[in-house]
Amino acid sequence: MLRALAAGILVSISCSIVGTFVVLRGLAFIGDALAHGVLPGVAVAILIGIPGMVGAALGALVMIGGVSLVQARSRLSSDTAIGLLFVGMLALGVVIVSRSSTFSGDLIRILFGELLGVSAEDLILQAAVTVGVAAVAFVCARPFLLLCFDPEQAQVAGFPARAYHVVMLLLVAATVIVSFQSVGTLLVFGMLLAPAGAGALIAGRIGAMMAWGIAFGAIATYLGLLLSYHLDTAAGATVVLVAVAIFFVVLLVQNVRARATMPKVVA
Amino acid sequence: MSGPVPGPVSRASGPAPAARRELPAPAEDAGADPISATGLAVGYEGRSIVAGIDVTVRPQTSLALVGTNGSGKSTLLKTIVGLARPVAGSMTVFGKQPGSLPRRIAYLSQFHASGFALPLRAVEVVRMARYPELGLLGRMSSEDHDLVAAAMRTMGVDRFADQALRSLSGGQQQRVYLAQVLARRADLVVLDEPTAGLDAGAREIYLEAFAAELIRGAALVTATHDIEEAAEYDQVMLLARRVVALGPGREVLTPDALLETFGMFVRGSGPHGRFIVVDRGGREVDPREHIDPAD
Repeated sequence: MLRALAAGILVSISCSIVGTFVVLRGLAFIGDALAHGVLPGVAVAILIGIPGMVGAALGALVMIGGVSLVQARSRLSSDTAIGLLFVGMLALGVVIVSRSSTFSGDLIRILFGELLGVSAEDLILQAAVTVGVAAVAFVCARPFLLLCFDPEQAQVAGFPARAYHVVMLLLVAATVIVSFQSVGTLLVFGMLLAPAGAGALIAGRIGAMMAWGIAFGAIATYLGLLLSYHLDTAAGATVVLVAVAIFFVVLLVQNVRARATMPKVVA
Repeated sequence: MSGPVPGPVSRASGPAPAARRELPAPAEDAGADPISATGLAVGYEGRSIVAGIDVTVRPQTSLALVGTNGSGKSTLLKTIVGLARPVAGSMTVFGKQPGSLPRRIAYLSQFHASGFALPLRAVEVVRMARYPELGLLGRMSSEDHDLVAAAMRTMGVDRFADQALRSLSGGQQQRVYLAQVLARRADLVVLDEPTAGLDAGAREIYLEAFAAELIRGAALVTATHDIEEAAEYDQVMLLARRVVALGPGREVLTPDALLETFGMFVRGSGPHGRFIVVDRGGREVDPREHIDPAD
């Protein structure tokens, strides 16, 4: 249980750092696509007996490369490119997994993770990747901020917008890959969006938004694990459900407060 | 408006007083003009929007681009700052490929992608101006902070410094963006529709601030619908998917040339020519609202 809590908090930290940029740059769709695009990689890895993370990394690279290729070679908008790759990779993943004798068990494990089955080695790797993600985000904070503000400004200021965009996507990919074993490919997306989104609602600065995201993510992990223990529900899914619930509670509280402080208009 | 526009005024020709050049150009491209274009065609994906552009912008001079929406003004500006590649011909910026000297150029685009949604304070937006100098990890020096504070004071947004950008009105945000341009201390300032959303008072502040940029030593290129402002520039380029005219504002902004550019009759009144654009029925119209029927 303690290990699950540690894993969940590490997921919260990396997801909130990366999720802040996902929310601010409007990368939710490609974040979702990356989370699912790793599925065929993981499936192949399971079938041929190599670590799932290696397969996930390859799946993510194919996804990023594929989206960039479709965008560069066609006039289609990025969401069409992302959608095509997303559905294609998801279908390929299910096709590959369906060849396995333990089809549904494998699929559910990949999609929803095993928060309670995280090993000590998983934790160490997760901690290392979290530190790496935080370090890259710290070094690239200025170009990332400019990208969120206006990609053209980033380019004119001498920070190649496309290159830093790819770095940002690689950070999303790294977070997805390292988190999928604990919360699964389907649910990691919730941890990317919900805590950072709740942070965006109340924070006046980007650093504060990340800090709020980490706090909300950690609270969701703790409460989610507690609830799943007492209610006997799936741990990863319960954690993500609490994270999403926190987002809506924050939204509600904010709206009620805004209404309360709004000056009364006399018709 | 009464009196002459305190805009980026034409100065007498001849060498500039030595005191004007506070920022000497780096040695490697000393002497190169801020902009030099020959036979330039600008556009996107190999398709030309405006061709046959021959223009030189010298240090401490100003160029206004005037034309309807879709006339190629923004595309030319994007080519100058390196966001779009020339379709044909050649262009150098301080003697180099456009886009290769980010520390010497400031650019204000017409639209900001998502700035309005960001949890950013106004002062943080202006601080971004120092990023090209600071790089990834350089710390803001007290001089950087002073430049940011001075730029915000000049544009009259210092009192909003700690407010969230998204809580400011459109005009206030535009002044914050203009303060960001000032804080860059660039040698070439490129502005796309800088007066959009500004009220009359803010427009005056803008005109004074960027006239001061010229005196400081910068060259200025502005796309504008404001014909009165354009008339004060050293050069005006009238664009209508081709170069209709290029030359000193007073010579270029003739009723005939404006008719060709906007497809409307234009009347000048008064010795300093307050320009009034009228349609064929004689009704006064705002050229900012006129959209090229070819679009």
